[in-house]
Amino acid sequence: MDWFLENAWLVPLIPAVSFVVILLVGKRMPRQGSEVGIAAVGTSFVLSCGAAIGWIRHLQHAEPGTSALGALGRSVGRLTAEGHEAPVEPVLRSVTWFQNGGVKLTAGIQIDGLAVVMMFMVTLVSLLVHIYSVEYMRGDRRFTYFFAALSLFTASMLLLVVADNTLQLLVGWELVGVCSFMLIGHWWEEKENSSAAIKAFLTTRTGDIGLMIGVITTFFIVQRATGEGSFNIIELNRAVSEPRIGHTIVLWCALALLLGIIGKSGQFPLHTWLPDAMAGPTPVSALIHAATMVVAGVYLGLRVYPVFFHGLSIGTPGHSWINWMAGVGGITVLVGASLAFVQDDIKKVLAYSTISQLGYMVMALGVGAWTAAVFHLFTHAFFKADLFLGAGSVSHSGAHHSFDMKTDMGGLKKYMPQTYRTFVIGSLALAGIFPLAGFWSKDEILVSAGHNGYKLFLVIGLVGAVLTAAYMTRCVYLTFHGEYRGAHDPHAVPHADEAEHDPADTPALVELDAHAHAPHESNGLLLGPLWVLSFFAVFAGFLNFPHWSRFALWVDPRYPTQFQEIISEVAFNPILAAISVLGALAGGGVAWAYYTGRVEALRDLTLRNGAARVGKRLLVNKYYLDYLYEDVIVAGIRGPVAQAVYWVNQHVIDNVLNYAGRGAQALGHLTYDYVDQKGVDGLVNGLGAATGESGGVVRRIQTGRLQFYALMLVGAVGVFALALWVFT
Amino acid sequence: MLLNQFLLLSAFLFCTGIYGVLVRKHAVLVLMSIELMLAAVNINLVAFGAFRNNAIGQVFALFVLTIAAAEVGVGLAIVLLIYRNLNSANLDDVETLKG
Repeated sequence: MDWFLENAWLVPLIPAVSFVVILLVGKRMPRQGSEVGIAAVGTSFVLSCGAAIGWIRHLQHAEPGTSALGALGRSVGRLTAEGHEAPVEPVLRSVTWFQNGGVKLTAGIQIDGLAVVMMFMVTLVSLLVHIYSVEYMRGDRRFTYFFAALSLFTASMLLLVVADNTLQLLVGWELVGVCSFMLIGHWWEEKENSSAAIKAFLTTRTGDIGLMIGVITTFFIVQRATGEGSFNIIELNRAVSEPRIGHTIVLWCALALLLGIIGKSGQFPLHTWLPDAMAGPTPVSALIHAATMVVAGVYLGLRVYPVFFHGLSIGTPGHSWINWMAGVGGITVLVGASLAFVQDDIKKVLAYSTISQLGYMVMALGVGAWTAAVFHLFTHAFFKADLFLGAGSVSHSGAHHSFDMKTDMGGLKKYMPQTYRTFVIGSLALAGIFPLAGFWSKDEILVSAGHNGYKLFLVIGLVGAVLTAAYMTRCVYLTFHGEYRGAHDPHAVPHADEAEHDPADTPALVELDAHAHAPHESNGLLLGPLWVLSFFAVFAGFLNFPHWSRFALWVDPRYPTQFQEIISEVAFNPILAAISVLGALAGGGVAWAYYTGRVEALRDLTLRNGAARVGKRLLVNKYYLDYLYEDVIVAGIRGPVAQAVYWVNQHVIDNVLNYAGRGAQALGHLTYDYVDQKGVDGLVNGLGAATGESGGVVRRIQTGRLQFYALMLVGAVGVFALALWVFT
Repeated sequence: MLLNQFLLLSAFLFCTGIYGVLVRKHAVLVLMSIELMLAAVNINLVAFGAFRNNAIGQVFALFVLTIAAAEVGVGLAIVLLIYRNLNSANLDDVETLKG
């Protein structure tokens, strides 16, 4: 057995130790603790790479006696192409955490393809974010503290990833939540930031109620199947497929866990915290959106997928056309993508984009596309981190630390050519343009949705792809093209999200200003991570190239499960791929045409054709969506439609209404006098008065006097003691 | 060995503690009264442990001592903050929870 796989527990442990070290001695280090964080995460990254290589070798060297593929003497790859995997057990190690009565709780690692992929991705993105932060956070008041929190954040996420039981997963999950709270509120001196942190924490807590219930339920599911309760994930995944487990308990467990995912992964309707979380420093946003925090929810879905698979009856013969998971994901795809259009803050565009992409992943899980969900999670991490760090680079060096695309950016292409290139690569990958990473993973989700019989979600996915391309084009255009709009003095405007300009750090402030006057390219510490991430954004997709699907082979859960069949490789569909790419190109093209003003052809068409005019209004009037969110009705009434409606209104409806109105008026008077005034009002007033009265009585108990409360406590104990004595 | 004597002592201490908590106005005295109550519980635990020839009672008493120490730490910190904010440690002045 491979050393790296056996000792994968070191991967979360090292950043955790680094957290303590930075907190204790970080301030006295020459680089204020940042070097400890980078070294620790770097070591973890090396160990993760080792584990990844170890896992691949582990698959190839599966022992002949135990695996069908050894006996057949074929290569793993060819066998997978035919859909017959040999059972390769994950690497398990655990210690007893504590024992109480007959229940033994363990803490341990379960290293399989999924965990290895996540470890690699989390440590890589985290390492790059660490390096990036050295420059980005330079001179910050709580520089050391920031790195300590980053370390703990990474450690918590890794703890969650390697967990072999749902309880440990829950611990990691909550730690991730706490860390994101600390980091989003990093500049807590401004009310807005601390409110955002609290909002993020409380919103995800709402979902955590579900997770808590779900995790407790997993214990009893295993108990029902094996007679001995356990939080172990493998036992759970085996237990749910046993027929003697009632379907009801699995269904409720799945729904409870889904609530946890909705909260953590920013799914509709608990997605509102994610855009607000942009109040944190940009590297944190990158980390939250790419590698930690929000992907924790999706990871949970991947880890205990059999629960959802059986609980929600995904992909079984005669399944319904929708289920809770796919529905939530599908709505989120569209809501996130459409909201991304109306944001002026570049980070908020990316935040809504993340919501939309997470929607894809949850939707993929909902339609039975397990491998596709993992793959999209993997590729998304790279291009989203790329985009966020790119946005940070723009703001740091080109826009006076502002994130507003409309007022402070534009035309930055010629000042920041390298940032521009990486940002465009990230955008193309996100939009799913062939042959970048996003194309392969998104396409796989779409193909699986179609293959498993969820046509509606195939369509939603396509629409989402078009929208994605369009809003990313808008984002790139507003940021990098056109005229530079950020020439004004950064101190002449009030800047809400510009806490880098710390009044306490006067020397740093002066230095920042000295280089902040003209937009310029960022330095190597910012650009290096961008290029690395761009590299992955371009090439990560090839890991699952059709007919050479290494990725699917590596992550495949090898323990025997019933969902094996549905998640097995689905053939690449060139037509669907072409449609999605063309859709994305069309979406991007329309947005581009609108923003560059090259719409002459389009304009001529719209002058002649009324329908096209309406269409153009819908497509290129960027304020249309603004109005949609502010006032749906006004937007609908304007334009040619309104004229026609007006005529009908004046000539037809008015007459009808006049007569109907008089009748209604008479009826109304009657109703008003008897029903409303005497009946309803009396009831409502009475209710209000009764509530007020009783409240007045009860509030007298709330004296605010501590000892009175203590007296009541003692009195209550006395009453209970008396009751116990009397009744027993 | 008679269990009664220990239980009576413990009950007496506990009642003294409750009396202190309910009647004394100074926050520090209230904290001390809470300690009395915990001590009463400890006596009970040790007495029962000895009575039943079982070491668990004493082990629990040790735990109670530890937690009592932590609790006093937190309690004193709160009293200190109350004093700083209100310039008094009189519990009658702490009535911001009044409904």
